[in-house]
Amino acid sequence: MLDINQLRNDFPILHHTLYKRPVVYLDNAATTQKPKVVIDTTSEYYAKYNSNIHRGVHFLSEKMTEAYESARQTVKQFINATYNHEIIFTSGTTESVNLLAFSFGEAFIREGDEIVVSEMEHHSNIVPWQMLCQRKDAKLKVLPITYTGELNLTALPTIINERTKLIAITHVSNSMGTINPIKEIIDFAHQRNIPVFIDGAQGIQHQIVNVQELDCDFYAFSGHKIYGPTGIGVLYGKEKWLEQIPPYKGGGDMIKTVTFEKTIYNELPFKFEAGTTNFIGAVGLAAALKYLNEKGRKEILLYETELYQYALQKIQTIEGIRIIGTSDNKTSIISFLLDNIHPFDTGMMLDKMDIAVRTGNHCTQPLMKFFGIDGTVRASLAFYNTYEEIDYLVDSLKKVKDLFS
Amino acid sequence: MKSIEEIQHEIVEEFENLGDWVERYNYLLELAKNLPPMDEKYRKKENLIEGCQSQVWLAAEFKDGKLYFQADSDALITKGIVALLLKVFSGQHPNDILDAQLWFIDKIGLSAHLSPTRSNGLVSMIKQIRMYALAYKTKYNL
Repeated sequence: MLDINQLRNDFPILHHTLYKRPVVYLDNAATTQKPKVVIDTTSEYYAKYNSNIHRGVHFLSEKMTEAYESARQTVKQFINATYNHEIIFTSGTTESVNLLAFSFGEAFIREGDEIVVSEMEHHSNIVPWQMLCQRKDAKLKVLPITYTGELNLTALPTIINERTKLIAITHVSNSMGTINPIKEIIDFAHQRNIPVFIDGAQGIQHQIVNVQELDCDFYAFSGHKIYGPTGIGVLYGKEKWLEQIPPYKGGGDMIKTVTFEKTIYNELPFKFEAGTTNFIGAVGLAAALKYLNEKGRKEILLYETELYQYALQKIQTIEGIRIIGTSDNKTSIISFLLDNIHPFDTGMMLDKMDIAVRTGNHCTQPLMKFFGIDGTVRASLAFYNTYEEIDYLVDSLKKVKDLFS
Repeated sequence: MKSIEEIQHEIVEEFENLGDWVERYNYLLELAKNLPPMDEKYRKKENLIEGCQSQVWLAAEFKDGKLYFQADSDALITKGIVALLLKVFSGQHPNDILDAQLWFIDKIGLSAHLSPTRSNGLVSMIKQIRMYALAYKTKYNL
Protein backbone atom coordinates (compact mmCIF):
# COMPACT_ATOMS: atom_id res chain seq x y z
CA MET A 1 0.00 0.00 0.00
CA LEU A 2 1.36 3.42 -0.97
CA ASP A 3 1.59 6.13 1.63
CA ILE A 4 0.50 9.07 -0.50
CA ASN A 5 1.26 11.72 2.10
CA GLN A 6 4.75 10.33 2.34
CA LEU A 7 5.10 10.42 -1.43
CA ARG A 8 3.81 13.98 -1.54
CA ASN A 9 6.79 15.00 0.54
CA ASP A 10 8.96 14.05 -2.41
CA PHE A 11 7.38 16.84 -4.47
CA PRO A 12 8.44 20.27 -3.19
CA ILE A 13 6.00 22.28 -5.33
CA LEU A 14 2.96 20.61 -3.76
CA HIS A 15 3.76 22.37 -0.51
CA HIS A 16 3.93 25.92 -1.88
CA THR A 17 1.03 28.18 -1.01
CA LEU A 18 -0.42 30.04 -3.98
CA TYR A 19 -3.22 32.41 -2.90
CA LYS A 20 -4.42 30.82 0.29
CA ARG A 21 -3.44 27.19 0.33
CA PRO A 22 -0.98 24.83 -1.34
CA VAL A 23 -1.84 24.16 -4.95
CA VAL A 24 -4.31 21.46 -5.81
CA TYR A 25 -2.52 20.47 -8.97
CA LEU A 26 -4.90 18.82 -11.42
CA ASP A 27 -3.14 19.73 -14.65
CA ASN A 28 -0.95 16.65 -14.81
CA ALA A 29 -1.80 15.87 -18.42
CA ALA A 30 -0.14 19.16 -19.36
CA THR A 31 2.91 18.52 -17.26
CA THR A 32 3.66 16.61 -14.09
CA GLN A 33 5.50 17.88 -11.03
CA LYS A 34 9.01 16.68 -10.28
CA PRO A 35 10.12 14.64 -7.32
CA LYS A 36 13.08 15.96 -5.41
CA VAL A 37 15.29 13.18 -6.74
CA VAL A 38 14.81 14.48 -10.29
CA ILE A 39 15.52 18.06 -9.27
CA ASP A 40 18.55 16.99 -7.24
CA THR A 41 19.96 14.67 -9.88
CA THR A 42 19.66 17.38 -12.51
CA SER A 43 21.35 19.96 -10.36
CA GLU A 44 24.00 17.51 -9.19
CA TYR A 45 24.95 16.70 -12.76
CA TYR A 46 25.21 20.38 -13.61
CA ALA A 47 27.27 20.96 -10.51
CA LYS A 48 29.61 17.99 -10.77
CA TYR A 49 29.61 16.28 -14.14
CA ASN A 50 28.53 18.73 -16.82
CA SER A 51 30.52 18.05 -19.95
CA ASN A 52 29.61 17.33 -23.56
CA ILE A 53 29.03 13.68 -24.37
CA HIS A 54 30.60 11.33 -26.92
CA ARG A 55 33.39 13.78 -27.63
CA GLY A 56 35.87 14.30 -24.86
CA VAL A 57 38.70 12.08 -23.74
CA HIS A 58 38.62 13.69 -20.33
CA PHE A 59 37.17 12.43 -17.10
CA LEU A 60 34.03 14.57 -17.03
CA SER A 61 33.06 13.79 -20.60
CA GLU A 62 33.49 10.06 -19.98
CA LYS A 63 31.41 10.30 -16.84
CA MET A 64 28.64 12.28 -18.53
CA THR A 65 28.60 9.97 -21.54
CA GLU A 66 28.28 7.00 -19.24
CA ALA A 67 25.37 8.60 -17.41
CA TYR A 68 23.65 9.48 -20.70
CA GLU A 69 23.99 5.98 -22.12
CA SER A 70 22.90 4.51 -18.83
CA ALA A 71 19.79 6.72 -19.03
CA ARG A 72 19.11 5.18 -22.42
CA GLN A 73 19.35 1.77 -20.82
CA THR A 74 16.91 2.80 -18.09
CA VAL A 75 14.39 3.93 -20.72
CA LYS A 76 14.93 0.75 -22.69
CA GLN A 77 14.16 -1.35 -19.62
CA PHE A 78 11.21 0.83 -18.63
CA ILE A 79 9.39 0.12 -21.90
CA ASN A 80 11.07 -3.24 -22.48
CA ALA A 81 12.63 -2.42 -25.83
CA THR A 82 14.89 -5.05 -27.36
CA TYR A 83 17.99 -2.88 -27.75
CA ASN A 84 19.34 0.32 -26.23
CA HIS A 85 19.79 1.76 -29.71
CA GLU A 86 16.06 1.58 -30.30
CA ILE A 87 15.73 4.48 -27.86
CA ILE A 88 16.20 7.87 -29.53
CA PHE A 89 16.36 10.88 -27.24
CA THR A 90 14.36 13.84 -28.56
CA SER A 91 13.11 17.06 -26.99
CA GLY A 92 9.65 15.58 -26.41
CA THR A 93 6.74 13.80 -28.05
CA THR A 94 6.23 16.60 -30.57
CA GLU A 95 9.78 16.29 -31.83
CA SER A 96 9.48 12.52 -31.86
CA VAL A 97 6.45 12.71 -34.15
CA ASN A 98 8.13 15.27 -36.37
CA LEU A 99 11.26 13.15 -36.60
CA LEU A 100 9.27 10.10 -37.55
CA ALA A 101 7.01 11.94 -40.00
CA PHE A 102 10.06 13.34 -41.77
CA SER A 103 12.29 10.28 -41.75
CA PHE A 104 9.64 7.63 -42.32
CA GLY A 105 8.14 9.89 -44.94
CA GLU A 106 11.41 10.24 -46.81
CA ALA A 107 11.91 6.50 -46.91
CA PHE A 108 8.43 5.15 -47.45
CA ILE A 109 5.81 7.71 -48.48
CA ARG A 110 5.15 8.27 -52.16
CA GLU A 111 2.49 10.20 -54.04
CA GLY A 112 -0.95 8.74 -53.42
CA ASP A 113 0.05 6.83 -50.28
CA GLU A 114 -2.12 7.10 -47.19
CA ILE A 115 -1.52 7.68 -43.49
CA VAL A 116 -4.20 7.04 -40.89
CA VAL A 117 -4.72 9.12 -37.75
CA SER A 118 -7.80 9.28 -35.53
CA GLU A 119 -10.31 11.99 -34.80
CA MET A 120 -9.16 12.24 -31.17
CA GLU A 121 -5.51 12.99 -31.88
CA HIS A 122 -3.58 15.87 -30.33
CA HIS A 123 -2.55 18.42 -32.97
CA SER A 124 1.01 17.06 -32.53
CA ASN A 125 -0.11 13.77 -34.01
CA ILE A 126 -2.00 15.42 -36.85
CA VAL A 127 -0.01 18.36 -38.14
CA PRO A 128 3.36 16.61 -38.78
CA TRP A 129 1.54 13.95 -40.82
CA GLN A 130 -0.43 16.62 -42.64
CA MET A 131 2.83 18.39 -43.49
CA LEU A 132 4.26 15.11 -44.74
CA CYS A 133 1.18 14.49 -46.88
CA GLN A 134 1.49 17.94 -48.41
CA ARG A 135 5.15 17.38 -49.14
CA LYS A 136 4.59 14.01 -50.75
CA ASP A 137 1.13 14.45 -52.23
CA ALA A 138 -0.07 11.73 -49.93
CA LYS A 139 -3.43 11.47 -48.19
CA LEU A 140 -4.33 11.74 -44.51
CA LYS A 141 -7.21 9.44 -43.56
CA VAL A 142 -9.12 9.84 -40.31
CA LEU A 143 -10.44 7.02 -38.15
CA PRO A 144 -13.71 8.36 -36.66
CA ILE A 145 -14.75 8.15 -33.03
CA THR A 146 -18.03 7.37 -31.32
CA TYR A 147 -20.11 9.60 -29.06
CA THR A 148 -18.64 7.95 -26.00
CA GLY A 149 -15.24 9.15 -27.17
CA GLU A 150 -13.88 5.79 -28.30
CA LEU A 151 -12.26 4.86 -31.59
CA ASN A 152 -14.78 3.47 -34.01
CA LEU A 153 -12.88 0.28 -34.77
CA THR A 154 -15.58 -1.11 -37.03
CA ALA A 155 -14.62 1.67 -39.45
CA LEU A 156 -10.97 0.63 -39.50
CA PRO A 157 -11.26 -1.93 -42.36
CA THR A 158 -12.93 0.69 -44.54
CA ILE A 159 -10.31 3.34 -43.74
CA ILE A 160 -7.27 1.32 -44.65
CA ASN A 161 -6.36 -0.10 -48.02
CA GLU A 162 -3.31 -1.23 -49.96
CA ARG A 163 -2.04 2.38 -50.06
CA THR A 164 -2.01 2.71 -46.26
CA LYS A 165 1.60 3.08 -45.17
CA LEU A 166 1.27 3.90 -41.47
CA ILE A 167 -1.28 4.18 -38.67
CA ALA A 168 -0.57 6.87 -36.05
CA ILE A 169 -2.79 6.62 -32.99
CA THR A 170 -2.69 7.95 -29.47
CA HIS A 171 -2.41 5.50 -26.60
CA VAL A 172 -4.57 7.63 -24.28
CA SER A 173 -6.65 10.62 -25.36
CA ASN A 174 -5.27 13.81 -23.83
CA SER A 175 -8.71 15.43 -23.90
CA MET A 176 -10.86 12.60 -22.57
CA GLY A 177 -8.61 9.99 -21.02
CA THR A 178 -9.90 7.18 -23.25
CA ILE A 179 -7.47 4.26 -23.33
CA ASN A 180 -7.38 3.04 -26.90
CA PRO A 181 -7.21 -0.68 -27.74
CA ILE A 182 -3.81 -0.24 -29.32
CA LYS A 183 -2.89 -3.92 -29.18
CA GLU A 184 -5.93 -4.77 -31.25
CA ILE A 185 -5.10 -2.04 -33.77
CA ILE A 186 -1.48 -3.13 -34.00
CA ASP A 187 -2.42 -6.77 -34.59
CA PHE A 188 -4.97 -5.77 -37.20
CA ALA A 189 -2.46 -3.51 -38.95
CA HIS A 190 0.34 -6.06 -38.88
CA GLN A 191 -1.84 -8.67 -40.56
CA ARG A 192 -1.80 -6.20 -43.44
CA ASN A 193 1.88 -5.29 -43.05
CA ILE A 194 1.11 -1.76 -41.93
CA PRO A 195 3.39 -0.34 -39.22
CA VAL A 196 1.88 1.50 -36.25
CA PHE A 197 3.08 4.55 -34.37
CA ILE A 198 1.72 5.08 -30.86
CA ASP A 199 1.65 8.57 -29.35
CA GLY A 200 2.33 7.70 -25.74
CA ALA A 201 2.39 11.23 -24.32
CA GLN A 202 -0.57 10.40 -22.05
CA GLY A 203 -0.09 6.64 -22.00
CA ILE A 204 3.36 6.05 -20.55
CA GLN A 205 2.56 7.50 -17.11
CA HIS A 206 -0.74 5.69 -16.63
CA GLN A 207 -0.13 2.30 -18.23
CA ILE A 208 2.56 -0.33 -18.10
CA VAL A 209 4.07 -0.08 -21.55
CA ASN A 210 5.85 -3.11 -22.96
CA VAL A 211 6.74 -2.33 -26.54
CA GLN A 212 7.75 -5.90 -27.36
CA GLU A 213 4.49 -7.30 -26.14
CA LEU A 214 2.50 -4.55 -27.85
CA ASP A 215 4.64 -5.14 -30.91
CA CYS A 216 4.21 -1.48 -31.87
CA ASP A 217 6.67 -0.23 -34.46
CA PHE A 218 7.15 3.18 -32.85
CA TYR A 219 6.23 4.68 -29.50
CA ALA A 220 6.85 8.26 -28.35
CA PHE A 221 6.60 10.07 -25.04
CA SER A 222 7.74 13.17 -23.17
CA GLY A 223 9.89 13.24 -20.05
CA HIS A 224 8.05 16.09 -18.41
CA LYS A 225 4.74 14.21 -18.43
CA ILE A 226 6.25 11.35 -16.48
CA TYR A 227 7.78 13.37 -13.64
CA GLY A 228 11.01 14.05 -15.53
CA PRO A 229 12.49 17.32 -16.77
CA THR A 230 11.18 19.35 -19.69
CA GLY A 231 12.97 19.29 -23.01
CA ILE A 232 13.65 15.57 -23.06
CA GLY A 233 11.58 12.92 -24.76
CA VAL A 234 11.84 9.58 -26.44
CA LEU A 235 11.14 7.98 -29.75
CA TYR A 236 11.23 4.22 -29.59
CA GLY A 237 11.46 2.48 -32.92
CA LYS A 238 12.03 -1.12 -33.88
CA GLU A 239 15.58 -1.57 -35.06
CA LYS A 240 14.47 -2.79 -38.48
CA TRP A 241 12.61 0.48 -39.09
CA LEU A 242 15.20 2.81 -37.63
CA GLU A 243 17.83 1.18 -39.83
CA GLN A 244 15.77 1.90 -42.90
CA ILE A 245 14.89 5.53 -42.35
CA PRO A 246 17.24 8.48 -42.92
CA PRO A 247 18.22 11.03 -40.28
CA TYR A 248 16.02 14.04 -39.71
CA LYS A 249 18.58 16.57 -38.62
CA GLY A 250 22.15 16.91 -39.78
CA GLY A 251 24.98 18.01 -37.54
CA GLY A 252 27.63 16.85 -35.18
CA ASP A 253 27.63 13.40 -33.57
CA MET A 254 25.23 11.93 -36.14
CA ILE A 255 27.98 11.29 -38.66
CA LYS A 256 30.79 8.81 -39.16
CA THR A 257 32.76 10.67 -41.79
CA VAL A 258 32.16 13.95 -43.52
CA THR A 259 33.69 15.18 -46.75
CA PHE A 260 32.19 17.86 -48.93
CA GLU A 261 31.27 15.15 -51.40
CA LYS A 262 29.58 12.70 -49.09
CA THR A 263 28.70 12.09 -45.48
CA ILE A 264 28.45 8.66 -43.92
CA TYR A 265 25.91 8.64 -41.12
CA ASN A 266 26.66 7.29 -37.71
CA GLU A 267 24.99 4.10 -36.50
CA LEU A 268 21.87 3.87 -34.33
CA PRO A 269 20.87 5.66 -32.20
CA PHE A 270 23.35 8.48 -32.86
CA LYS A 271 22.18 8.87 -36.45
CA PHE A 272 19.09 10.59 -35.04
CA GLU A 273 20.73 12.65 -32.33
CA ALA A 274 22.45 15.48 -34.17
CA GLY A 275 24.14 18.23 -32.21
CA THR A 276 24.38 18.47 -28.45
CA THR A 277 21.44 16.64 -26.97
CA ASN A 278 19.76 17.40 -23.67
CA PHE A 279 22.05 14.93 -21.89
CA ILE A 280 21.35 16.17 -18.40
CA GLY A 281 17.63 16.05 -19.20
CA ALA A 282 18.09 12.40 -20.14
CA VAL A 283 19.74 11.68 -16.80
CA GLY A 284 16.89 13.51 -15.05
CA LEU A 285 14.37 11.41 -16.97
CA ALA A 286 16.15 8.25 -15.90
CA ALA A 287 15.95 9.44 -12.30
CA ALA A 288 12.19 9.88 -12.68
CA LEU A 289 11.73 6.40 -14.16
CA LYS A 290 13.85 4.83 -11.42
CA TYR A 291 11.77 6.70 -8.84
CA LEU A 292 8.59 5.18 -10.28
CA ASN A 293 10.14 1.71 -10.36
CA GLU A 294 11.23 2.08 -6.78
CA LYS A 295 7.80 3.19 -5.54
CA GLY A 296 6.18 0.39 -7.51
CA ARG A 297 4.58 0.96 -10.89
CA LYS A 298 1.73 -1.43 -10.19
CA GLU A 299 0.94 0.09 -6.81
CA ILE A 300 0.97 3.57 -8.32
CA LEU A 301 -1.36 2.57 -11.13
CA LEU A 302 -3.69 0.85 -8.73
CA TYR A 303 -3.95 3.96 -6.57
CA GLU A 304 -4.42 6.18 -9.64
CA THR A 305 -7.26 3.98 -10.87
CA GLU A 306 -9.04 4.05 -7.51
CA LEU A 307 -8.59 7.80 -7.19
CA TYR A 308 -9.83 8.30 -10.73
CA GLN A 309 -12.94 6.19 -10.12
CA TYR A 310 -13.65 8.16 -6.95
CA ALA A 311 -13.17 11.50 -8.75
CA LEU A 312 -15.39 10.50 -11.66
CA GLN A 313 -18.18 9.33 -9.40
CA LYS A 314 -17.90 12.37 -7.13
CA ILE A 315 -17.85 14.93 -9.96
CA GLN A 316 -20.92 13.33 -11.47
CA THR A 317 -22.88 14.14 -8.33
CA ILE A 318 -22.71 17.82 -9.27
CA GLU A 319 -25.92 18.81 -10.93
CA GLY A 320 -25.48 20.18 -14.45
CA ILE A 321 -22.12 18.56 -15.08
CA ARG A 322 -21.51 17.11 -18.53
CA ILE A 323 -18.59 14.73 -18.91
CA ILE A 324 -16.97 14.74 -22.36
CA GLY A 325 -15.80 11.25 -23.20
CA THR A 326 -17.79 8.60 -21.39
CA SER A 327 -15.98 5.43 -22.31
CA ASP A 328 -15.68 2.83 -19.54
CA ASN A 329 -12.06 2.43 -20.44
CA LYS A 330 -10.48 5.67 -19.28
CA THR A 331 -7.66 6.83 -17.09
CA SER A 332 -6.82 9.84 -14.96
CA ILE A 333 -8.38 12.53 -17.14
CA ILE A 334 -11.83 14.02 -16.61
CA SER A 335 -13.03 16.55 -19.15
CA PHE A 336 -16.27 18.34 -18.38
CA LEU A 337 -18.54 21.30 -18.79
CA LEU A 338 -20.33 22.85 -15.85
CA ASP A 339 -23.88 24.01 -16.72
CA ASN A 340 -23.45 26.55 -19.48
CA ILE A 341 -20.52 28.23 -17.78
CA HIS A 342 -17.66 28.90 -20.16
CA PRO A 343 -14.66 26.65 -19.41
CA PHE A 344 -12.43 29.71 -19.18
CA ASP A 345 -14.67 31.16 -16.46
CA THR A 346 -14.66 27.90 -14.53
CA GLY A 347 -10.89 27.65 -14.82
CA MET A 348 -10.36 31.23 -13.67
CA MET A 349 -12.53 30.72 -10.62
CA LEU A 350 -10.87 27.43 -9.72
CA ASP A 351 -7.52 29.19 -10.00
CA LYS A 352 -8.66 31.69 -7.41
CA MET A 353 -9.34 28.73 -5.15
CA ASP A 354 -5.80 27.40 -5.72
CA ILE A 355 -6.85 24.65 -8.11
CA ALA A 356 -4.88 24.23 -11.32
CA VAL A 357 -6.86 22.74 -14.21
CA ARG A 358 -6.58 23.16 -17.94
CA THR A 359 -9.32 24.78 -20.00
CA GLY A 360 -9.81 25.15 -23.72
CA ASN A 361 -9.60 22.79 -26.65
CA HIS A 362 -6.52 20.92 -25.38
CA CYS A 363 -4.92 21.07 -28.83
CA THR A 364 -7.64 18.77 -30.15
CA GLN A 365 -9.78 21.07 -32.25
CA PRO A 366 -11.15 18.30 -34.50
CA LEU A 367 -12.34 16.44 -31.40
CA MET A 368 -14.03 19.56 -29.99
CA LYS A 369 -15.72 20.03 -33.36
CA PHE A 370 -16.99 16.45 -33.19
CA PHE A 371 -18.68 17.18 -29.86
CA GLY A 372 -19.86 20.60 -31.04
CA ILE A 373 -18.12 22.48 -28.25
CA ASP A 374 -15.35 25.07 -28.05
CA GLY A 375 -13.55 23.54 -25.14
CA THR A 376 -13.79 21.79 -21.80
CA VAL A 377 -12.43 22.01 -18.30
CA ARG A 378 -9.93 19.20 -17.83
CA ALA A 379 -8.90 17.84 -14.46
CA SER A 380 -6.05 15.38 -14.85
CA LEU A 381 -4.73 13.33 -11.97
CA ALA A 382 -1.39 12.02 -10.84
CA PHE A 383 -0.57 9.58 -8.04
CA TYR A 384 0.28 12.45 -5.66
CA ASN A 385 -3.30 13.72 -5.77
CA THR A 386 -5.49 12.82 -2.82
CA TYR A 387 -9.10 12.03 -2.03
CA GLU A 388 -9.25 15.29 -0.04
CA GLU A 389 -8.17 17.22 -3.11
CA ILE A 390 -10.96 15.64 -5.13
CA ASP A 391 -13.46 16.62 -2.44
CA TYR A 392 -12.07 20.16 -2.48
CA LEU A 393 -12.39 20.28 -6.28
CA VAL A 394 -16.00 19.16 -6.12
CA ASP A 395 -16.85 21.69 -3.38
CA SER A 396 -15.12 24.41 -5.37
CA LEU A 397 -17.02 23.52 -8.52
CA LYS A 398 -20.24 23.86 -6.56
CA LYS A 399 -19.08 27.32 -5.47
CA VAL A 400 -18.37 28.28 -9.07
CA LYS A 401 -21.87 27.13 -9.95
CA ASP A 402 -23.34 29.35 -7.24
CA LEU A 403 -21.31 32.34 -8.37
CA PHE A 404 -22.58 32.02 -11.90
CA SER A 405 -26.18 31.16 -11.16
CA MET B 1 -18.14 63.03 -21.26
CA LYS B 2 -15.57 62.19 -18.64
CA SER B 3 -11.98 61.78 -19.66
CA ILE B 4 -10.26 58.42 -19.88
CA GLU B 5 -8.23 59.35 -16.80
CA GLU B 6 -11.35 60.24 -14.78
CA ILE B 7 -13.11 57.04 -15.72
CA GLN B 8 -10.11 54.93 -14.72
CA HIS B 9 -10.04 56.66 -11.34
CA GLU B 10 -13.76 55.94 -10.89
CA ILE B 11 -13.34 52.26 -11.69
CA VAL B 12 -10.45 51.91 -9.27
CA GLU B 13 -12.52 53.55 -6.54
CA GLU B 14 -15.41 51.19 -7.14
CA PHE B 15 -13.10 48.20 -6.90
CA GLU B 16 -11.50 49.51 -3.73
CA ASN B 17 -14.90 49.35 -2.09
CA LEU B 18 -15.15 45.66 -2.90
CA GLY B 19 -13.74 43.05 -0.58
CA ASP B 20 -12.20 39.74 -1.57
CA TRP B 21 -11.88 38.19 -4.98
CA VAL B 22 -15.37 36.72 -4.76
CA GLU B 23 -16.88 40.20 -4.56
CA ARG B 24 -14.64 41.48 -7.31
CA TYR B 25 -15.54 38.67 -9.65
CA ASN B 26 -19.19 38.98 -8.73
CA TYR B 27 -18.97 42.61 -9.73
CA LEU B 28 -17.35 41.64 -13.04
CA LEU B 29 -20.14 39.13 -13.63
CA GLU B 30 -22.72 41.86 -12.96
CA LEU B 31 -20.99 44.12 -15.46
CA ALA B 32 -21.00 41.29 -17.97
CA LYS B 33 -24.69 40.62 -17.51
CA ASN B 34 -25.53 44.32 -17.84
CA LEU B 35 -23.45 44.93 -20.93
CA PRO B 36 -25.87 45.93 -23.71
CA PRO B 37 -26.04 43.21 -26.34
CA MET B 38 -24.20 43.79 -29.55
CA ASP B 39 -26.19 44.79 -32.63
CA GLU B 40 -26.81 41.66 -34.68
CA LYS B 41 -25.27 43.33 -37.74
CA TYR B 42 -21.92 43.52 -35.93
CA ARG B 43 -21.88 39.94 -34.80
CA LYS B 44 -19.90 38.68 -37.74
CA LYS B 45 -16.65 36.98 -38.40
CA GLU B 46 -14.77 40.14 -39.31
CA ASN B 47 -15.38 41.51 -35.83
CA LEU B 48 -14.26 38.38 -34.03
CA ILE B 49 -11.01 38.44 -32.12
CA GLU B 50 -10.06 34.85 -31.54
CA GLY B 51 -8.28 33.86 -28.38
CA CYS B 52 -7.27 30.32 -27.59
CA GLN B 53 -9.38 30.36 -24.42
CA SER B 54 -12.19 32.81 -25.04
CA GLN B 55 -13.39 34.94 -27.90
CA VAL B 56 -14.16 38.63 -28.12
CA TRP B 57 -16.23 40.50 -30.68
CA LEU B 58 -15.54 44.19 -31.20
CA ALA B 59 -17.19 46.74 -33.49
CA ALA B 60 -16.69 50.50 -33.79
CA GLU B 61 -18.81 53.41 -34.96
CA PHE B 62 -17.56 56.91 -35.59
CA LYS B 63 -20.10 59.63 -34.73
CA ASP B 64 -19.56 63.37 -34.25
CA GLY B 65 -15.84 63.02 -33.87
CA LYS B 66 -16.06 60.26 -31.25
CA LEU B 67 -15.53 56.51 -31.41
CA TYR B 68 -18.25 54.27 -29.99
CA PHE B 69 -17.60 50.62 -29.37
CA GLN B 70 -19.78 47.56 -28.98
CA ALA B 71 -18.28 44.33 -27.75
CA ASP B 72 -19.09 40.90 -26.43
CA SER B 73 -17.37 37.73 -25.26
CA ASP B 74 -18.37 34.11 -24.85
CA ALA B 75 -16.75 33.93 -21.40
CA LEU B 76 -18.36 36.00 -18.67
CA ILE B 77 -15.23 37.11 -16.83
CA THR B 78 -13.71 38.23 -20.10
CA LYS B 79 -17.01 39.97 -20.89
CA GLY B 80 -16.86 41.78 -17.54
CA ILE B 81 -13.43 43.14 -18.35
CA VAL B 82 -14.65 43.97 -21.84
CA ALA B 83 -17.40 46.05 -20.21
CA LEU B 84 -14.78 47.93 -18.19
CA LEU B 85 -12.73 48.62 -21.30
CA LEU B 86 -15.80 49.95 -23.09
CA LYS B 87 -16.53 52.22 -20.14
CA VAL B 88 -13.06 53.67 -20.54
CA PHE B 89 -12.80 53.91 -24.31
CA SER B 90 -16.29 54.16 -25.78
CA GLY B 91 -17.34 57.72 -26.64
CA GLN B 92 -13.80 59.10 -26.62
CA HIS B 93 -11.96 61.07 -29.27
CA PRO B 94 -9.56 58.93 -31.35
CA ASN B 95 -6.60 61.10 -30.31
CA ASP B 96 -7.42 60.61 -26.64
CA ILE B 97 -7.64 56.86 -27.15
CA LEU B 98 -4.25 56.85 -28.83
CA ASP B 99 -2.69 59.00 -26.09
CA ALA B 100 -4.25 57.14 -23.17
CA GLN B 101 -2.22 55.25 -20.62
CA LEU B 102 -4.19 52.22 -19.52
CA TRP B 103 -3.39 51.66 -15.87
CA PHE B 104 -6.59 50.77 -14.07
CA ILE B 105 -6.41 47.05 -14.83
CA ASP B 106 -3.17 46.80 -12.88
CA LYS B 107 -4.61 48.78 -9.98
CA ILE B 108 -7.65 46.56 -9.55
CA GLY B 109 -5.60 43.40 -9.63
CA LEU B 110 -6.81 41.98 -12.91
CA SER B 111 -3.63 42.41 -14.86
CA ALA B 112 -3.16 38.66 -15.12
CA HIS B 113 -6.09 38.70 -17.52
CA LEU B 114 -4.23 41.08 -19.78
CA SER B 115 -0.88 39.38 -19.91
CA PRO B 116 -0.07 38.45 -23.50
CA THR B 117 0.17 34.80 -22.54
CA ARG B 118 -3.47 34.65 -21.42
CA SER B 119 -4.93 34.08 -24.78
CA ASN B 120 -8.39 35.35 -23.98
CA GLY B 121 -8.56 37.97 -26.70
CA LEU B 122 -8.34 40.97 -24.35
CA VAL B 123 -4.88 42.10 -25.37
CA SER B 124 -5.90 41.89 -29.01
CA MET B 125 -9.08 43.81 -28.18
CA ILE B 126 -7.13 46.76 -26.77
CA LYS B 127 -4.85 46.67 -29.77
CA GLN B 128 -7.89 46.64 -32.04
CA ILE B 129 -9.44 49.62 -30.20
CA ARG B 130 -6.26 51.59 -30.81
CA MET B 131 -6.20 50.46 -34.44
CA TYR B 132 -9.72 51.82 -34.92
CA ALA B 133 -8.65 55.11 -33.31
CA LEU B 134 -5.63 55.32 -35.60
CA ALA B 135 -7.70 54.46 -38.67
CA TYR B 136 -10.26 57.20 -38.00
CA LYS B 137 -7.58 59.71 -37.05
CA THR B 138 -5.90 59.07 -40.39
CA LYS B 139 -9.12 58.98 -42.38
CA TYR B 140 -10.44 62.30 -41.06
CA ASN B 141 -7.06 63.90 -40.56
CA LEU B 142 -7.82 64.54 -36.85
